[in-house]
Amino acid sequence: MEVWKKMREIEVEVKGLNFYYSGRVHALKNINLKVYKNSVTALIGPSGCGKTTLLRCFNRMHDLYPDNKYEGEIIFKGKNILSKEVDPIDLRSRIGMVFQKPTPFPMSIFDNIAYGLKLRGIKKRTELSERVEKALRHAVLWDEVKDKLHTSAYDLSGGQQQRLVIARALAVEPEVLLFDEPTSALDPISTAKIEELIVELKKDVTIVIVTHNMQQAARISDWTGFLMLGELIEYDRTDKIFTSPSKKLTEDYITGRFG
Amino acid sequence: MPGFLKRDPLDFLFSLITAVASLSVIVLIGGILYVLVSESSLSIKKFGILQFILSTEWDPVREVFGAASTLFGTLVTTVLSLLFAVPVAVGIAIFITEIAPNPLKGPIGTAVELLAAIPSIIYGMWGLFTLAPIMANYIEPALQSTVGRMPIVGRLFEGTPMGIDLLTASVILSIMIIPFTASIARDAFNLTPSIVKESAYAVGATKWEVIKDVVLPYSKLGVFGGVVLSLGRALGETMAVAFVLGNKHQITGSLLDAAATITVSLANEFTEADSDIYLSSLYYLALILFLLSFVTLAISKLFLLKAERRYSR
Repeated sequence: MEVWKKMREIEVEVKGLNFYYSGRVHALKNINLKVYKNSVTALIGPSGCGKTTLLRCFNRMHDLYPDNKYEGEIIFKGKNILSKEVDPIDLRSRIGMVFQKPTPFPMSIFDNIAYGLKLRGIKKRTELSERVEKALRHAVLWDEVKDKLHTSAYDLSGGQQQRLVIARALAVEPEVLLFDEPTSALDPISTAKIEELIVELKKDVTIVIVTHNMQQAARISDWTGFLMLGELIEYDRTDKIFTSPSKKLTEDYITGRFG
Repeated sequence: MPGFLKRDPLDFLFSLITAVASLSVIVLIGGILYVLVSESSLSIKKFGILQFILSTEWDPVREVFGAASTLFGTLVTTVLSLLFAVPVAVGIAIFITEIAPNPLKGPIGTAVELLAAIPSIIYGMWGLFTLAPIMANYIEPALQSTVGRMPIVGRLFEGTPMGIDLLTASVILSIMIIPFTASIARDAFNLTPSIVKESAYAVGATKWEVIKDVVLPYSKLGVFGGVVLSLGRALGETMAVAFVLGNKHQITGSLLDAAATITVSLANEFTEADSDIYLSSLYYLALILFLLSFVTLAISKLFLLKAERRYSR
């Protein structure tokens, strides 16, 4: 139980969070949960349960669309990141995100990784190359791309593109990384590589992952939250959720009785 | 072709009708090309190809004809109008797709499309009675007293501002092609998947940075295709230009001079063509315009196709 002690420190705390799409649809209902530092937290649940909606609250992605409304608090570094004073642009460089499909930008491999750094005003060529290499090594992609850094990122395979996107997120050295079903568009081998990488990455960052794949949640996460119809039904350590859940609904879901 | 095989006779009949309809287009294009070539053969024989294109002479009395002056007018008005239209059109497209709040998107989009629906003769009348005096009285004198004073560039604004000139014609043309360019650019921008835009936001980009670094590079092929397509329209536009260009066969260094385009001389001169060689030379001009439009259309299709293929996976 050593590992649990190390992961006692809270990185992000969600308190009484309600979320409304277009000011009307009540998508998240009174969510409370603590995300622990250097752990992997998985959010599972049937389609439309609000797991992705919750994930996108962490980096204020909902701000991009009009009339979305948050209520409640998400505390990160002692501040409520949902408050108006927090700049979402700044927040997103500290809480990165990886999406369902690989999303390379229309530029070279190098420029993809360097993009976030350049946005942050890093212009020196040497520093850029250093940090690009570091990020690519971190995402275990360096050996595969080091000879073609200046070719288009579109020429990489799907799995490589997804690791590129992870490297891009890592390059700005965020404290938290959000994964939104990162392997749903990938083949089993690429999926295994990404899963391995996620487990490896938690040494340096705190990870929250949405997955529709329960085995994946069981394999890689330390904590699991089960959502249904916008409510967090149960949140506990992953081994507890998958062996002896305390709620009947959770048990029904993980044993495949619905969903 | 499975639809062509017997089975149901009604099915066969339907397939046949659609096939005939489609084939008729090809026959039509072939027919038009044939007429253009055969009617202009007299002029082609007399003036040759390169000589006709390069000769600035257009003298119905001496019966000597060359395309250079009308080609000049066509190319100058086309290029200038693109220069004016493309930045505005791309701006409109960016505003509609990325910036405008939802309630504004619809009305602006519709207004732009309405601009495309106005018949070109109305642009011509508006150009002659409203725009030309404004150009002659305010804009052109203002240009002359500012940019006109600069070395080299000043050459472009020499002469008496009359309002019936290359500049006015290009402005009218640009207003006419803005809707086409804007709507194609808008479609190209919409090809950028929102998930890619979101990931740019997710690494901390601002709206402007997302547009500049993701949306524009992502859609540049499509936008370029749209620009070439508008170029094709500008090449072929007649009525609006006919009112404000003056139909004067000359190559001039000043944008404040009258000129002629291929389309305008065709519209004006067919009724006056009293000799076979005059008529044949007009057909020759038409043939050149036909080929020019065909090539630009082919280029734009190529780019749009490439744009679709590149990112649709």
